[in-house]
Amino acid sequence: MKYQEEFRNSGAVQRLLAEIRETVTRPWSLMEVCGGQTHSILRNGLDQLLPKEIRLIHGPGCPVCVTPLVAIDRALAIAARPGVIFCSFGDMLRVPGSDKDLFRIKSEGGDVRIVYSPLDAVKIARENPGREVVFFAIGFETTAPANAMAIEVARQQSIRNFSALVSHVLVPPAIEAILSSPATRVNAFLAAGHVCSVMGTWEYPPLAEKYHVPIVVTGFEPYDLLAGILACVRQLERGEARVENAYERAVSEQGNLPAQALLSRVFTTIDRAWRGIGVIPRSGWALSDAYRDFDAEHRFSVGGIVANESPLCHSGEVLQGLLKPNQCPAFGKQCTPRTPLGATMVSNEGACSAYYNYGRLIAAEELLCSAK
Amino acid sequence: MCLAVPGQVKEIYGENGMQMGRVNFGGIVKEVCLAYLPEIAVGEYVVVHVGFAINKLDEAAAMKSIRTFKDLGLFEEEFGELGAFESS
Ligand code: SF4
Repeated sequence: MKYQEEFRNSGAVQRLLAEIRETVTRPWSLMEVCGGQTHSILRNGLDQLLPKEIRLIHGPGCPVCVTPLVAIDRALAIAARPGVIFCSFGDMLRVPGSDKDLFRIKSEGGDVRIVYSPLDAVKIARENPGREVVFFAIGFETTAPANAMAIEVARQQSIRNFSALVSHVLVPPAIEAILSSPATRVNAFLAAGHVCSVMGTWEYPPLAEKYHVPIVVTGFEPYDLLAGILACVRQLERGEARVENAYERAVSEQGNLPAQALLSRVFTTIDRAWRGIGVIPRSGWALSDAYRDFDAEHRFSVGGIVANESPLCHSGEVLQGLLKPNQCPAFGKQCTPRTPLGATMVSNEGACSAYYNYGRLIAAEELLCSAK
Repeated sequence: MCLAVPGQVKEIYGENGMQMGRVNFGGIVKEVCLAYLPEIAVGEYVVVHVGFAINKLDEAAAMKSIRTFKDLGLFEEEFGELGAFESS
């Protein structure tokens, strides 16, 4: 908490806030796309420091939250098989499937292991040639290069007992889906810095132009976020709609070219159903034909699974910025981080868990869609 | 899992034909894949996500973010979760 106080009182923060206050004349709604940014905003209390004209809407950028339920159910089915070692990033373990989570499979005797890097899963496969090792390859463009490299290494080294259950999601199509929805109230976007570290910023100018919205690339640290917000407000007040890079130290227009080259070999773009949101055209990556041998979905034939979401959960509206987490009737009651009904209450980057953990327990605002 | 953390490259070596290295994150040293930054050198700063360096940072920017990460306890959060699970 000491840091929070120092942060609020620091000269740089006060200057940025003063400048935002001077610039803003009208109400604006800004969406931060990335769950890491949502987390940072709430943890540092930026939502409470900003002038009331500026409303921050939390976007769909929590990879754990939007991984489709059917992908979780497939993971559970594979992880429960005897002989399988199922490797996953730690925050997927408590994400609810239709009736269980990976943690439960583990406690029932499944060999579920947490890995920090996807390469750890390849190593486990190398060390356990008699077992099938499956890696749950989820995430946005930031995580995709790591997952792609693990699959490429397995191919190069002919590690035949390794496969990946791939469910990648992509940011620009999600931004477009939100902008083209008639319910949207978003005036400007804060784009996720680390996604752009990999992909660059070249995908965004057509979106800024077509929907006439400023898109400002920024980071996760509180100063970066405030600088990004200031850049958005400046553009909005002047009636501009450009792509601006407020995170130049880590993002270039072209992005990481070696990473993009491997991504385009290993993956192919497909329509993807986002959890709670539904199908967004061309918004996901699956394994390309050349890597089909490493596709766990085929190896274990789990394509036919049907999934059931909890009827109480409103995470779809939360993920689209139509509902604040504390406006969900189950929030803090049936649904808490210990008893999550939806994925947005599980992950650190999920808006529901961030609201719960940082004490935004009471809905301070009306429904964003109440005017309908 | 969205977090990408800044650190300094301490050592670079090849492993199974891939460029790997050791990176210091505010005192915690981890093995990192450096294949996506073919031109990186020892002493330079990188941003690392799930064990992969995805871009380079200049020293001034890196020092500033490393300080923020330390102040917020984010290094422990990023690397501690796994440790806690393994020891349980
Ligand atoms: S509070 Fe729980 S039930 Fe409500 S939207 Fe969030 S995750 Fe779903």
